[in-house]
Amino acid sequence: MTILSSGPTSKLVPSAPAEARPTPTDTVTFSIDGIETVVPKGTLVIRAAEELGIQIPRFCDHPLLAPAGACRQCLVEVWAPGRDGALSKMPKPQASCTLEASPGMQVKTQHTSPEADKAQHGVMELLLINHPLDCPVCDKGGECPLQNQAMSNGRASTRFVDVKRTFPKPIAISTQILLDRERCVLCQRCTRFSEEIAGDVFIDLQKRGANQQIGRFDTAVLGFEGETPLGAAAEDTSGRPFASYFSGNTVQICPVGALTSAAYRFRSRPFDLVSTPGVGEHDAQGSAIRVDHRRGVVLRRLAGEDPTVNQEWITDKDRFAFTWQTAPDRITTPLVRNADGELEPASWLEALDVAAAGLRAAASPVDPREPATGWAVLAGGRLTLEDAYAYGKFARVALGTNDVDGRARPHSAEEEAFLGHHVAGRTLEVTFADLDKAPAVLLVGLELEEEAGIAFLRLRSAVLDHKTRVLSVAALESRGLQRLNGTLVPSAPGTEAEVLDGLSDDVVSALAADGSLILVGERLATVTGGYSAALRLATRTGARLAWIPRRVGERSAVEAGLLPSLLPGGRPVADSAARVDLAAVWGVDSLPADPGRSTGEIIAAARAGLLGGLVVGGLEPADLPDPAIAREALDVVPFLVSLEVRRSEVTDRADVVLPVAPPSEKSGTFVTWEGRPRPFPQALVSHALADHRVLDRLADALGVDLGLQSLSAVHAELDQLGGWDGSRVAAPSVAADEPPTVTPGTAVLATWHQLLDTGRLQSGEPFLAGTAKRAVARISLGTAQSVGVLDGDLIAVSTDAGTITLPVVVTEMPDHVVWVPTNSLGSAVRDALHADAGDLVRLAPGARQNQEASA
Amino acid sequence: MADKPTPPRPAGSGKQPTRRPASSAAAGRPAKSAGKPATPGKAAATRPKAGDVGTPAAPTGYESLIEPRNWAATLFAPVGGFGVTLSNMFRPTVTEQYPSEKVPAKPRYHGRHQLNRYADGLEKCIGCELCAWACPADAIYVEGGDNTPEAQHSPGERYGSVYQINYLRCIFCGLCIEACPTRALTMTNEYELAGPTRAGMIWEKQDLLAPLRSGMLQAPHPMVEGTTDTDYYRGEVTGSTPAQVAWVAEHRPDDPTLPGGAGLEVANVPGPTAAVMAATVAAATKQGTR
Repeated sequence: MTILSSGPTSKLVPSAPAEARPTPTDTVTFSIDGIETVVPKGTLVIRAAEELGIQIPRFCDHPLLAPAGACRQCLVEVWAPGRDGALSKMPKPQASCTLEASPGMQVKTQHTSPEADKAQHGVMELLLINHPLDCPVCDKGGECPLQNQAMSNGRASTRFVDVKRTFPKPIAISTQILLDRERCVLCQRCTRFSEEIAGDVFIDLQKRGANQQIGRFDTAVLGFEGETPLGAAAEDTSGRPFASYFSGNTVQICPVGALTSAAYRFRSRPFDLVSTPGVGEHDAQGSAIRVDHRRGVVLRRLAGEDPTVNQEWITDKDRFAFTWQTAPDRITTPLVRNADGELEPASWLEALDVAAAGLRAAASPVDPREPATGWAVLAGGRLTLEDAYAYGKFARVALGTNDVDGRARPHSAEEEAFLGHHVAGRTLEVTFADLDKAPAVLLVGLELEEEAGIAFLRLRSAVLDHKTRVLSVAALESRGLQRLNGTLVPSAPGTEAEVLDGLSDDVVSALAADGSLILVGERLATVTGGYSAALRLATRTGARLAWIPRRVGERSAVEAGLLPSLLPGGRPVADSAARVDLAAVWGVDSLPADPGRSTGEIIAAARAGLLGGLVVGGLEPADLPDPAIAREALDVVPFLVSLEVRRSEVTDRADVVLPVAPPSEKSGTFVTWEGRPRPFPQALVSHALADHRVLDRLADALGVDLGLQSLSAVHAELDQLGGWDGSRVAAPSVAADEPPTVTPGTAVLATWHQLLDTGRLQSGEPFLAGTAKRAVARISLGTAQSVGVLDGDLIAVSTDAGTITLPVVVTEMPDHVVWVPTNSLGSAVRDALHADAGDLVRLAPGARQNQEASA
Repeated sequence: MADKPTPPRPAGSGKQPTRRPASSAAAGRPAKSAGKPATPGKAAATRPKAGDVGTPAAPTGYESLIEPRNWAATLFAPVGGFGVTLSNMFRPTVTEQYPSEKVPAKPRYHGRHQLNRYADGLEKCIGCELCAWACPADAIYVEGGDNTPEAQHSPGERYGSVYQINYLRCIFCGLCIEACPTRALTMTNEYELAGPTRAGMIWEKQDLLAPLRSGMLQAPHPMVEGTTDTDYYRGEVTGSTPAQVAWVAEHRPDDPTLPGGAGLEVANVPGPTAAVMAATVAAATKQGTR
């Protein structure tokens, strides 16, 4: 195979260079245990000791939380020069986690100072006075800092003979998080996490002295505003029932077994577990996780450590939602529809032969007048880079069509142009690190907490650090935006383009500051002219524009060319040079030159009976703008091949079902919204095949060699292909639509997904489901009065297709707009209403029985 | 070695290299023993230098440490061994007639394990997995479970829902017994552990659980009212209470351990693996019995 150009200048998805540590300007020289060390000014003694490899026991200290000095376990002996310059000993041992190093200081840890050692033993004995020592029944046993440090820095036996303080055994803070106050050593890591990092203050210190304890607040301080979790939950400090998306992190950082999770309760011991690093598959943030498994069963997932991406935090969805991969409806063998119309298990050879024969028949029907001809490929948004690349290559080489689309959600031609022009091939132009530094951030069509949890945490820490100005163009001010100290730029759905064009000078000048960012979400695709306006605003202000999609595979689909008008690496289909470049690497004579059809057009063509065969991977009809039409299309299409992990609406309609591996049973590379590759290894031993291997075999059955039979083959090809520095897809320039006329009794629908909802990747995890927010409809006071409902009443939101009935929460937002969650329990907007953001819906007071029927 | 010159062995002295360095006569022996030294220069050589491979050891003959026998001992030596046989004829027999007669093992013998119960019938095992952790042979597999009000198997929050000991792996070291925090796991004196299948050597919880004694109620049932797990650990629970009996009577009216029930013999059915092994051992015993 020859390459026409001199070779790729860059990788298709280059990995980020390691972040250079800033060289400190001010340094301090001091010594620990007689070892002289130079550290940046302001360094805590305990950190400097870590750098030297000197272990000091600690509980409350956490590098990502503010120093607290709560547990007193890290006491050290300190000698410091006085005013006269003479070295003198501090009268008492000092807590090294709150002590900043100063010049000439001499620190003696327990390794060299009997005084520090005795102090630490004393503190440990004190901490253990009320600790129940129920290690055999405690989930933390075996990986417990208290257990370990009691052995290394504590007395061998107890001298305490009195009765220990006891509390009722675990109280449930939410359905997922359990609190055992007996075990608590009051280090305040959890309360500091919830205040400083997540902003969901759900537990805090109560009482004083010996009675001090971590507890939930039971008094209703404020009326809650409708973000109630589904299951039983405690109330947070503001009196709202606790529903944090980040609560699982407190379990992980708890240095004792005081906070445990219901899902992992009594399930195993650390010595049982084999840990494999992984990457979260629930969002486009690429969180590093640790998959702990025993005998081929994943028992829990913990946050991995990656300072450039998720630091040490992950969302509860990434932590707890993994049972879908081993759900009972998992498909383990290929299935072929038999003469009776039933799917029955088949061998791989048979299934691939049937699939290939069906696809061939679809291409050249017996009757030439047959309208249903041609193939198309639809792929969901959860693919790895390798799998997405395989779908694109399969469509273009094996099927010879550009009818391939990886967008299983509302989409538009404008979005396609935007992705081709601004996103594809432009990896790592805006990163998490830029969120930390930006002076102002404008969010458009993006609810960070719900749709991009890690970006939310990173931005929140930036807001707390240096008052980043956060602005959000949205219909209402969510609690997530409040926790970012954000300002709402109110806009009814569908009017975002006009709002962006008419932003006040104040906002425009804020965005003109160096390093400012505009973050747009995938929901902007439902706004005509939205992406065009965002690009205009970026040009006008000089702010950088980044696209943050929700699903994990969206960015890899764009990079791998899973769009009808886009080839891998940002190569436009319309550019003949790009096609020639790609054809050379792929070893084919030519590639289809006509831009293909998008997901919506493919569905429409299939429904009209104009499509012969359809290959569908990882797609739920309920995710599409109109699920009813999609189901009809899947019913009508003559030949349907489905690649799926579990039984779904697609597999139920498919002629051939080919099983594929879930993320824990394959290795691959997810791509974050930044364009950062996040490779992950295979955690479990499995015979399941990744999508790219299945597609390679399917192409083989069709008589085409894709050459994607192994991960290394895909990587070699991606490296050979490289990036693209030729022409790009032209920028979209679409004028904004006129907003729809709102008649009395109707309203414009605003909607977005909540992080925890009824998505298929969260099934089989009841404890997590209990922490999801209860579905409510939000309307303004004026709208509520015009409909005739009060706060808390039921409201019926309906279209010709159906009705959703939800309790009303009156919220400050534009009139004639109603917000409902997209896919929560009792609020499946697309399924029930066949509508999306910006569409008109009818409002009416809801009847009780309707609500029960829809729930 | 065949190509090396072998010094001739002096009469009356065997090869005895180990004695040479300690002996004060070491220096003199080569001269004495070398009646016809083949290579006198080499025989007199001192320790081989480092790397001086192939230097032959000093030729020392074998010298027996055993005193030469006198003439009478030499005369009776061919029949001397019968003395041992004859003297044993007048000593008590130590042979055990196993399996015809089974002699009990010593009280602290490390036999097969048993999962004990509290006096009211609740299991002592809390599923903490410390035994599995301590096991050097990886013979124990435990999974913990949640005690619920509907199914309280052991005092406190946690119980062992899965408990397996693989007797193909177990080395009967007893470390698991030492690790057990509740004395749930102990060892019996039972040593007849054999079977024709591998699966039959993996004992499950129902095989290992101690039989119910009088006064015990089959678990699950609630703890004694007003007690905590600590009271159980301290041995303050001495039997089942009327409230526990009432609970079992309500939830499992047919339970054999209830007063007036079918009795402990019905309740104490060995687990399937234990039953198969017991049958195997009984058959082997029968076969081996005289």
